[in-house]
Amino acid sequence: MRYRSAMPVRVLLFASYAEALGQDEVAIDTPVHATVADVLAHLRTMPGADRLPPQPLVAINARYARIGDAVHAGDEVAVIPPVAGG
Amino acid sequence: MRAAIVTQPIDVATLLAEVAALGHGATSLFVGTVRDTHAGRHVTGMEYKAYEAMALHELTAVVAEAEATFPGTQIVCEHRVGELTLGEASVVIAVAHAHRASAFDACRFVIEELKRRVPIWKREHYVDGTRAWIDPTAPAPREAHA
Repeated sequence: MRYRSAMPVRVLLFASYAEALGQDEVAIDTPVHATVADVLAHLRTMPGADRLPPQPLVAINARYARIGDAVHAGDEVAVIPPVAGG
Repeated sequence: MRAAIVTQPIDVATLLAEVAALGHGATSLFVGTVRDTHAGRHVTGMEYKAYEAMALHELTAVVAEAEATFPGTQIVCEHRVGELTLGEASVVIAVAHAHRASAFDACRFVIEELKRRVPIWKREHYVDGTRAWIDPTAPAPREAHA
């Protein structure tokens, strides 16, 4: 997908989500004023993305974020599977 | 306080020494280890993966919150990532305080919060050679999760 004022965003995938999409990092372009929801919508066009839940946990630049939060050029957006540390 | 994500085996004695002080009458220690079974399947090993920058931030925040919630505690916590064999420690938490109640409570606080929000995942290796990422939110039909 290309937009007229495209904004590059790095998307990180981990564990089962990385397995589902077959990669752990995706570079995408989103429109300016994009939100995390727009990034997720873009991801959902990719093969394997049907295995992502409707509302996954997300982070922007290594901090938990909400689906409606704004994404800026150069941001690192992470899609976080249910955590399983310990 | 100290929190770390590490790749080498965790030395429990080092963590205990770090929180030791003459004013501490109690030290609690939690050691999480790789188990040989999960949901009825025989496990042969475990791989831990972290979103390292975020995991360190969250783990540091958890330890700081524990020290603030239980004043007077001194806490260190290390979580290991990479390939672990059965019985190896994946996480160690040492908490010292003047008295045992805060030492126990803060230790419990750290492990529960860690499991709730620190972005670390584990992939079990099974005896038949297959591997699977663990989803603690998925139903576990045969046993409760520890």
